[in-house]
Amino acid sequence: MMWELIRQNRRKSLVLFVGMALLLSALGYAVGAVFDPEHGGIIGLALAIGLWIVLTLISVSSGDDIILKISRAREVTPDVHPRLFNVVEEMKIAAGLPAMPKVYIIDDPSPNAFAIGIKPEKSAVAVTAGLIERLNRDELQGVVAHEVSHISNRDSQLMTVAGIMLGSIVLIAHFFLRSLWFVPGSSRRYRRGAPGGSPQLQLIMIGVAIVLAILAPIFARLIYLAISRKREYLADATAAQLTRYPEGLASALEKISSAGLPLESANKVTAPMYIVNPLLKKDMKLSNLGSTHPPTEERVKILRSMAGRADYRSYQRAFSKIKKTHSAIIPSSGLRKTKRLEAREASTDDGAAKNAKKSAREVMDLMRAVNGYAFLVCACGLKMKLPPELSTPTIACPKCGKENEVPGVELATVGAVVGAVTGAGAAGGGEGSETIGESGAPSQRYEYVRKGTGWETFSCACGNRLQLSPAFRGSVITCKLCNRTTTIK
Amino acid sequence: MVVGWIILALIVIGVAYFVGIYNALVRLRNRVKNAWSQIDVQLKRRHDLIPNLVETAKGYMKHERETLEEVTKARTRAMGAGSVGEKSKAEADLSGALGRLMLVVENYPDLKANENFLAVQEELTSTENKIAFSRQSYNDSVLFFNNKIQMFPSNIIANTFNFTAEEFFEIEEAAEREVPKVSFTT
Repeated sequence: MMWELIRQNRRKSLVLFVGMALLLSALGYAVGAVFDPEHGGIIGLALAIGLWIVLTLISVSSGDDIILKISRAREVTPDVHPRLFNVVEEMKIAAGLPAMPKVYIIDDPSPNAFAIGIKPEKSAVAVTAGLIERLNRDELQGVVAHEVSHISNRDSQLMTVAGIMLGSIVLIAHFFLRSLWFVPGSSRRYRRGAPGGSPQLQLIMIGVAIVLAILAPIFARLIYLAISRKREYLADATAAQLTRYPEGLASALEKISSAGLPLESANKVTAPMYIVNPLLKKDMKLSNLGSTHPPTEERVKILRSMAGRADYRSYQRAFSKIKKTHSAIIPSSGLRKTKRLEAREASTDDGAAKNAKKSAREVMDLMRAVNGYAFLVCACGLKMKLPPELSTPTIACPKCGKENEVPGVELATVGAVVGAVTGAGAAGGGEGSETIGESGAPSQRYEYVRKGTGWETFSCACGNRLQLSPAFRGSVITCKLCNRTTTIK
Repeated sequence: MVVGWIILALIVIGVAYFVGIYNALVRLRNRVKNAWSQIDVQLKRRHDLIPNLVETAKGYMKHERETLEEVTKARTRAMGAGSVGEKSKAEADLSGALGRLMLVVENYPDLKANENFLAVQEELTSTENKIAFSRQSYNDSVLFFNNKIQMFPSNIIANTFNFTAEEFFEIEEAAEREVPKVSFTT
């Protein structure tokens, strides 16, 4: 039962959380005690907890936005990719999430995905363009189910908390070890001047602090990674149960890992969030302890050993068989009430049959839509893609020469309108789709009429947002991106 | 005096405990209701999609009049169905009719390439999935709720405040088998 699982997870999370908190407190106390044996311990403890609180506040209030920004994810609307939205909504319904997660797309050819959301009420799922390009419907469903499982199982919540704890411990240990390195003898001087504390005790304290400062980050990281790996297995199990189709996720995982493309916008901090480690693949072979993700081949093997079933119990059985351990991925109290669920059949889907060139073009169109391109179908059937910086009122069709009206040009342009049409035939492929190149002829002039005297923003012809302060008195403003000058009136 | 305080504390704890159970039951029952309304939403969405689908298909499928009419009729019946039993039967018929339509679509490559049709088809596939998933989620909620009102000690509260077991949303095996691949092909 899902809710049983969530409750079990919360309990386990709490234990780990308390363990990490104790480690953090001990480290803070020991480090503080080295600098001032009398009150330093308490001060160190307070500072450590203070640091943790600050980091927690930051990540609770804006952590999700920061992560999305770092990952260069862009929020999209349903019309950009209806199928992706549908799949997310299907999984939202299956998992019984209280609200529809926001959907983000990352413009990167490497296939991958992640989910965030400290609260299930306010969550988001991000997938890369490469993922959409490569996977068919069943596989996409598997990946999205895995991500939605992270949200519904409260994994994102736990990983945030654990990550903050790890971060605080690493920061304090780092700071302490550096301080010893750069100010040699400072601790000795403190020791001599310190009243009360015996030299032996002080020496022991330093030893303990050093050992803690070296070991605590290692332990914290190991705990963190252990949770992270286990969460991946659990999310796989939940995904199989939600979709009733383990093969979808299995073949998606295979495709993702065989793509072998590192994700550019991922880094060490965000890597554990992704469905498959987005960084270099070589650490897959390394010992289990040091990796954020379980080996992908193993996850695939487990999903494929579920013998035509889709319930938690079958996953646990397959897990024990493949890993040859008795450790439980799913708490036994959660297993007790599960029913046996048969896996469904594959949905016959066009995704696999679709040729690679066509799907690549679809994804390019998708990314254009995300980046604000407008689409215009000429009477001759040619689909033109207009970049957002296009500012001419009409555009000539590169195929038949018909002048088409450009939808939604809002900026008033003054002077000669020069619609430089470039790129005919350059977009590759040729049959039926060309990109209209940038048309910003330098002779064009742009103007913006101020509405008042307060702060005002408007978009430059290239789409960049320009801001005018109340103190702005100049008559022209130059866009930093495209160097166009706009006259201010 | 002390004994009095202890008794008072026990009463307060007891009341709080029962209030907690009561609230949990209410929460669960609401979850069941919400899951049920989700099914309804998706069924209605499917009804809304069908005219669009038929309209698009009509132009291409000159020889499949009957199949199309069957879908339209099944839709009308499903929309008029009142009781839960009638409803699930009518919806199953509709699924069957749609499945047959999608099988004959195979013979019309032009239709399969039509962008409008592809869009409706994606919506319909997704709606079928959503119906299945909301049924899944509804049944899970019902199981959990029913367990709760039958088990001690929550059953005491459940009996006192008339919480009754909810019914599962079962689809007859035959009907289920009739729609093996509603996730249509192109």
